[in-house]
Amino acid sequence: MQSSAPDTARRPSAGLDLKVYGPFLALAALILLGVLVNPVFLSPGNIINVLTRTAFIGIIAVGMTFVITTGNIDLSVGSMAAFAAGVAIVAMNALAGPLGSGWAVVLAGVAVALAFSLAAGFLNGILVTKGRIEAFIVTLGTMGIFRSLVTYLADGGTLTLDSTIRATYRPVYYGGLFGISYPILLFFAVAAVGALIMYRTPFGRYCAAIGSNEDVARYSAIKVDRVKLLAFVFQGLCVALAVIVYVPRLGSASATTGLLWELEAIAAVIIGGTMLKGGHGRVWGTVAGAVILTLIDNILNLTGAISVYLNGAIQGVIIIVAVLLQRSGASRR
Amino acid sequence: MADPLLSAEGISRRFGPVQVLFGVDFDVRAGEVHALIGENGAGKSTLMKILAGYLEATEGTLRFAGRPYGAGGAEDLGIVLIHQEFNLAEHLTVEENVFLGRELRRGFLLDRRAMRERAHQVLGELECPVDPAARVRDLSVSERQMVEIAKAASRDLRVLIMDEPTAVLTKSESAVLFRLIRRLKDQGVAVVYISHKLDEVKEISDRVTVLRDGHLIATQSTGDLDQDAMAQLMVGRAISDMYPPKDPPPADAPVVLSVEGVTVPGWVRDASFDLRRGEILGFAGLVGAGRTELMEGILGLRRRTAGTISRDGARVRIRNVGDATAAGIAYLTEDRKGKGLLLGKPLRENLTLLALGRFGRVLIDERAEEAALERAVRDFDIRVRDPGVPAGALSGGNQQKLLLAKTMQVEPSIVIIDEPTRGIDVGTKRQIYLFLHDLARRGIAVVVISSEMAEIIGLAHRVVVMRSGTITGILEGAAIEENEIVRHATGLKGTDRNAVVSA
Repeated sequence: MQSSAPDTARRPSAGLDLKVYGPFLALAALILLGVLVNPVFLSPGNIINVLTRTAFIGIIAVGMTFVITTGNIDLSVGSMAAFAAGVAIVAMNALAGPLGSGWAVVLAGVAVALAFSLAAGFLNGILVTKGRIEAFIVTLGTMGIFRSLVTYLADGGTLTLDSTIRATYRPVYYGGLFGISYPILLFFAVAAVGALIMYRTPFGRYCAAIGSNEDVARYSAIKVDRVKLLAFVFQGLCVALAVIVYVPRLGSASATTGLLWELEAIAAVIIGGTMLKGGHGRVWGTVAGAVILTLIDNILNLTGAISVYLNGAIQGVIIIVAVLLQRSGASRR
Repeated sequence: MADPLLSAEGISRRFGPVQVLFGVDFDVRAGEVHALIGENGAGKSTLMKILAGYLEATEGTLRFAGRPYGAGGAEDLGIVLIHQEFNLAEHLTVEENVFLGRELRRGFLLDRRAMRERAHQVLGELECPVDPAARVRDLSVSERQMVEIAKAASRDLRVLIMDEPTAVLTKSESAVLFRLIRRLKDQGVAVVYISHKLDEVKEISDRVTVLRDGHLIATQSTGDLDQDAMAQLMVGRAISDMYPPKDPPPADAPVVLSVEGVTVPGWVRDASFDLRRGEILGFAGLVGAGRTELMEGILGLRRRTAGTISRDGARVRIRNVGDATAAGIAYLTEDRKGKGLLLGKPLRENLTLLALGRFGRVLIDERAEEAALERAVRDFDIRVRDPGVPAGALSGGNQQKLLLAKTMQVEPSIVIIDEPTRGIDVGTKRQIYLFLHDLARRGIAVVVISSEMAEIIGLAHRVVVMRSGTITGILEGAAIEENEIVRHATGLKGTDRNAVVSA
C-alpha cells in the first residue's frame, strides 16, 4: 500500500554525542590539566583522596539523578544528612551502655541513620504526591526543618561520637580493600546499581517517562505517584549511605554538617548532562559531574596559581557552560 | 488575470542529504484563496515555512509583487503564517496579544487606550465577538484562532498562510472562520490554505495545488476538480473504497463490556451502553459532548461519581489505566502529542511503555523490545528510516501508527480509539480503517470516537450519539446516516435514554 512518505528525520548525531560524552570529555580535560599543572596529581594518594572526598556528594547525587529525572528536585538532602548523622550519633552514644562500643552499636547507628533518611525521603515523597505540593516548596520546607532539628539536637554546638565507638567505626571511612577506601567502593557500587536501575529496569524507564510527560505516563498505566514516591525514598537511601561513611570521618555532626550539599549534588547532576526539567537521567554523567566538582578544588589546591577562594566561581562557570553546551546540542536539529 | 502577489519559482529544499522539495512553483494572487493539499510528508509545511520566511530554500526564488525577497524580509512584507499551535501569551489579554512586541506608546508609557481602540476596531472589522480585555487562557480554541488572525490583520496583512486551521474547530466555528477568510479576501488579502479536509478546500478555495512526495503534481482551478479527483491527485491513485465492507458480529455475540449509569462530574450524566465481541461501536457527537470524558471516566483517568462497569458480565473495579489494562481494555487518546507519545524519546521506548511489564519484571529485555519494534514497524507499516529518532520527528500518520502499535502491545480484547485519524493523510487513514476492521473481525470489540461523520458512518456497526453529556440515541442499521446522527447530536431528536433507533 502506498501511503505517507517515509519520515526523513534522522538522529541528531553531533548534538547527541556531545550531550552524552560532554561530561566525560570535560573530566578527561580536567585530568590532563591536573597532570600538566602538578605531577603529584596522578599519585595514588591524591587520586584516592579526591575520590573519597567525592563519595558523599557523589552518592547523594546518584539519588538526586532519579529525583530530577522524574521532574522533581530535593533541596533537603544536605540537612537530611546532617539530621540523620546527628540522630545516629545520639543513638550510638545512648546505646553504648547496653551494647558496648563494638560493632553492635555501630550497626544500630547505621540502622538509625537508614531509618531516619528513608522516613525523611518518604515524607518528602508523600507531600509531593499526595499533598500535591511542588517538590521545590516541600523540600525547601523540610530542608529548614531538618537543619533546625539537628541544631536543636546539638543545642547549637556539636554532637560528638563517643571516642571508643569511633575507634571501632573509624575504618569504615579510613579503611579499604586493595588500597581503595570504602567510601569509594560504596560510591561506585551505588553508581553501578543506580545505572542499572536507571537504564535497565521499568522503574528507571518510568522515572524518565514521568519527567518527559506526566500525562503520557498516566495514560500508559504508570503509577505516577508511586514512582515519584519511590524516587524520593531512593534519594533518602542514598543520603543514609553517604551518612554511614561520613560519620566515622569526623565522628561528629553540627549545624553546619552537610551545608550546601544539596546544591553540590544538583550541580553534579546537571554537569553530568541530566536536564533539570526532567525526562532524561544520566547516572554515569552524574558520577563524572561529582568528580569534576572535587577535581576543580583539588587542582586549584595543587597549583596555587589561582586562589582556592575562587573555587566556587569556577564551579559556577562550569555549571553554566555545561548547560549552554547541552542547549546548543539540543537546538542543532 | 491579475499578476501574482506572491510567487515561488523552482523551490527546492534539502535537509542534509534528504531532499523534501523538488523545484516547486507556487503563487497566490491578491484576493484569492489558494489551497495547498497533499499527504503528510508531501512537503506542504516546508513550502509554507519557506514562503513565510521561517526556512531558507536551498534553491529557487521568492517574489513579492514581482520583487525578490529573502527569508528575513517576509514579516515586513505582511506575510503571516498561522500555525496549528498558536503563538499567544495565555495570561495576557487579547489586546495585549494583538500588540505584543509592537505596543503603541506615549513616551515611555504604554498607550493603553489607543491600543484598546485599535484592537476593538480590528476585531470589529473581522466581525469577531471577542472582548479585547479578555484573557487568552479563558478563550475557546476558535476564539484564540480569531485573535491570531486579528493580530495578523492589525498589521499590514498582505498574505495569510494557514496550516490546517479547522483541525481544532467544530463545524459552526469553521463556518465563522470561512466568513472571516472571505472578508479578508474581499479586502485583497492573499490566502494560502492548507487542509486535509477536502470538502472545505472545495468550499473555500479558488485554486488548488497538490504536492506529492515533494513534487508539484498539479495546480488547478477548484471548480475543475471534485473531491475524488483531489484525493486521487494526492495519493496518485483512485480511492474507490475508503472503508472496507462492514462485517458486523452476529446479533447474539456476547456483550464484553457493559457500562451502566456512569456519571463524570461536569461532563457526563448517567451514560449506559453495551459493547459486543467483534463489534465496532461508533461514538458521534459535537465537540464537547462528553464522549472523550465518558471514556476517560470509564478508564479511571477522570473521577466518576456513579456507574458500574462489567466485563463479560462480571463487575470490575477500574481506578486507573493499570486496572483497565488488566481488564483487557486499551485506550488511544485523541491527544497523540500531549498524552499518547513521549515525543523526545525513541520509538522503542514509546512502543513498550504501556506493556513494559511484559518485557521483563526486574530487568528490561532490550532484545525483546527491539524484536517488538521490528514487528511493529512491519505490521503497522511505520515508515521511518532510522528507528533511533525521537517519536516527535515522525509525521502525524506515523505517530498514530506507533501509538496504535504501543496500545496493541498489551493484547487488549477491547480497544477504545479516540479520533483515530485526526490530522493524518488519506492513505494512512485507510490503513487505520483496515486495521480497525481487522481487529473487529478477530473478535476484538472496538469503540471509535470520531468527529468525522464519514468515518462513523463508514466504520461503525452501531452508533452511540451524545449531546452535552448524555447519550441521546443508539443507532443501528439504516439509521446510521448523517441526518439522523446530526439530529441526535444537536438535540432535535432522541432525548429518551438509550432509545434504540433502527430503520
